[in-house]
Amino acid sequence: MRAGGGAVREDFQEIARLVAPDSRVLDVGCGEGTLLELLAREKGVEGRGIEISPEGVSACLARGLAVMQGDADRDLDYFPAGSFDYVILSQTLQAVLRPRHVLGELLRIGDKAIVSLPNFGHWRVRLDLVTKGRMPVTGALPDPWWATPNIHLCTMGDFTALCDDLDLAIEACAALTAGRPARPTNPKGRLENWRAEAALFVLSRRPAP
Amino acid sequence: MNELDTLEAAGGEVMRFAADQALELESGSRIEGLEVAYRTFGRLNDERSNAILVCHALTLDQHVAGRHPLTGKPGWWSRLVGPGLPLDPARHFIICANVVGGCMGSTGPSSINPATGEAFGLAFPMITIADMVRAQAMLVSALGIERLFAVVGGSMGGMQVLQWAVDYPERLFAAVCIAAAARHSAQNIAFHEVGRQAIMADPDWRGGDYAAVGVRPEKGLAVARMAAHITYLSEAALQRKFGRELRHDGLSFGFDADFQVESYLRHQGATFVDRFDANSYLYITRAMDYFDLTDAHPEGLAGAFRRAKAVRFCVFSFTSDWLYPTAESRAIVRALNAAGARASFVEIDSDRGHDAFLLDEPVLRDALGGFLGSAALAWSRP
Repeated sequence: MRAGGGAVREDFQEIARLVAPDSRVLDVGCGEGTLLELLAREKGVEGRGIEISPEGVSACLARGLAVMQGDADRDLDYFPAGSFDYVILSQTLQAVLRPRHVLGELLRIGDKAIVSLPNFGHWRVRLDLVTKGRMPVTGALPDPWWATPNIHLCTMGDFTALCDDLDLAIEACAALTAGRPARPTNPKGRLENWRAEAALFVLSRRPAP
Repeated sequence: MNELDTLEAAGGEVMRFAADQALELESGSRIEGLEVAYRTFGRLNDERSNAILVCHALTLDQHVAGRHPLTGKPGWWSRLVGPGLPLDPARHFIICANVVGGCMGSTGPSSINPATGEAFGLAFPMITIADMVRAQAMLVSALGIERLFAVVGGSMGGMQVLQWAVDYPERLFAAVCIAAAARHSAQNIAFHEVGRQAIMADPDWRGGDYAAVGVRPEKGLAVARMAAHITYLSEAALQRKFGRELRHDGLSFGFDADFQVESYLRHQGATFVDRFDANSYLYITRAMDYFDLTDAHPEGLAGAFRRAKAVRFCVFSFTSDWLYPTAESRAIVRALNAAGARASFVEIDSDRGHDAFLLDEPVLRDALGGFLGSAALAWSRP
C-alpha cells in the first residue's frame, strides 16, 4: 500500500534518526520490512509490522520480523492503547480510506506517531495544475490519477490543520526532497508548503489542560 | 533411495508410560498405562534444540510424512515435511504423535480396558484438547526434550498449538497455528453433532460396544464423514471439481449416485471407515467442541496468552475457510497482541476451503519456511 516510489525513501533515514534507541515500534504498511530491519539494526528497536500484501508479509517473516497481514483502515484496533512508543505510517496516510480515523488510531496505540506524506502544495504540483490543468505526476506522485493509490491527497497546510483539529502536537517536522537529506522545517510555514515535495511529522497527543 | 523411503526409515513407535505416570484428565478421570503412538523424522541434535512437534487434525494421525501403513499414501503433510521443505528432517527432529483418544495406536476408546479385558467403548473417559496436549508433553519429556523449538499444527492441530502455548509456554520457542480457532463456534459444534448422531443412529454402533460383537457402525461413520467433508471444502472448490456433472449419460430417475459429487462423497465415506474408529470420532469431536480458550482465563484469551509472551507466534488462515474463518484467526492474533506476545499473521488467498492447509499452497510453504528459518536463527543466538 505504500506509494510514492523511490523518490521519498529519504524518510527512512530520518525516521531512524528520530526514533529513540530500544523503543517499541509499529510500522503500518511495512512492505518487505526494510525500515523495521533498519530500525532493529541501528536502534535496537522491538518492531512489529502491518502489511497488506502476502508477498510483503512472507518477506518480513523470512527476515525474522513479526508482521500481521492487514491494513491501516481496519486493523489498527488489534492493538491495545499505549502498546508502542512509536507508530510509523510512512507514505501511506494519503492511501487509506479514513485518514482522520487512522491518525487518531495511531496516537491511541502509540505515544508518538511518525507520519510522512507527499505534499500536494509543492510548487511543481501547483504549477502542473495551473499551467496544464492536469493532475500532477511528479517524483513523489508518480502515477496517473486513474491508477494512483493516493485517494486522499493533502497539502502540508491541510495536514497541520487536521492535527490541530485532532488536538495533536507536532513535535518535529522535516521536509523531504528526492535525493537530498531530510531538512528540519516549520510545519506551518507558508513557504515550506511550496518547497517541500514530501514531509514527515512527529506527532503526540497534547497533554490534557 | 527416494525421499519417501528415507523418511520411512524413521519408523513408528509407541511410548508406554508406567502405571505411576498416569495421564490426569481435565474431567478428573485418569488413564493409567497410557500409550502414545508416534513417529519421528530426522535426528535430535546434541543441544536438543531442533525438535518440532507437529499436531494432527481430527481424523489424521502420526503419519505426517513417510508412507501411511493402512492407506499406502504419502504422509498427510508431505508437502511441508521432507527434504528441502519448511520442516526438514535434515535440520529438524520432527515428532508427530497420535492424539490420546485416537485409533492409530495411542490409548483410545478402542484400546483394551484392563478392568474388563474388552475394548473401552463408552467406558473410555472423556478427553479434551488440553488432555491431548498433556499426553504430548509427557511424550516430549520421555524423549529427553526439555524445550521444543516449535509446535506446529493445522485445524484441531492448531488448537493444540494454542493449548501448548497456554499450558506450557516455557516449553516452546515458536508456535504455528494454521486454519484453527481459539474456541469451537456454535456452527462447529452443530456440524459435529450431526456426525455423532449419524454414528449413534447406526444399529451397529450398539451403544459403543460394537467391538465386542465384531461389527462396526460403518454406515453411520460414513455419513458423519460425508457431512464433515463438505465443511472442509468451499462452494467454489466443489463447483469447480464437480459442478452438476453426471456419472452416466442422463438421469437415472432413482436414488443411485447420479451426480459426480454424490459419488465422490460416498467414496470419501467408504474409505474413511477403513481407517477410522467410530468411537474415536465421537470422543475427538467432543474434545474439539469443549475447546474454548477464551473461557480459560478471567481476562479472556489475552489473559490466557499472557504467560506466553516469549513465544514467537505465526497464525495462518485461508480466505475461503468457512469452518474456521479468518475472523477466528484474527481473534487469536488480537488477543496475542493484547497480551504483548510476538505475533505474525498471514491470511492466504485460496478458494479451496479449510482443506487448503493440507494442499499445495506456495504462500503457506514459503511463509512457514521463512518464519521457522528466522526463528531458528533467533534461537541459536544467545
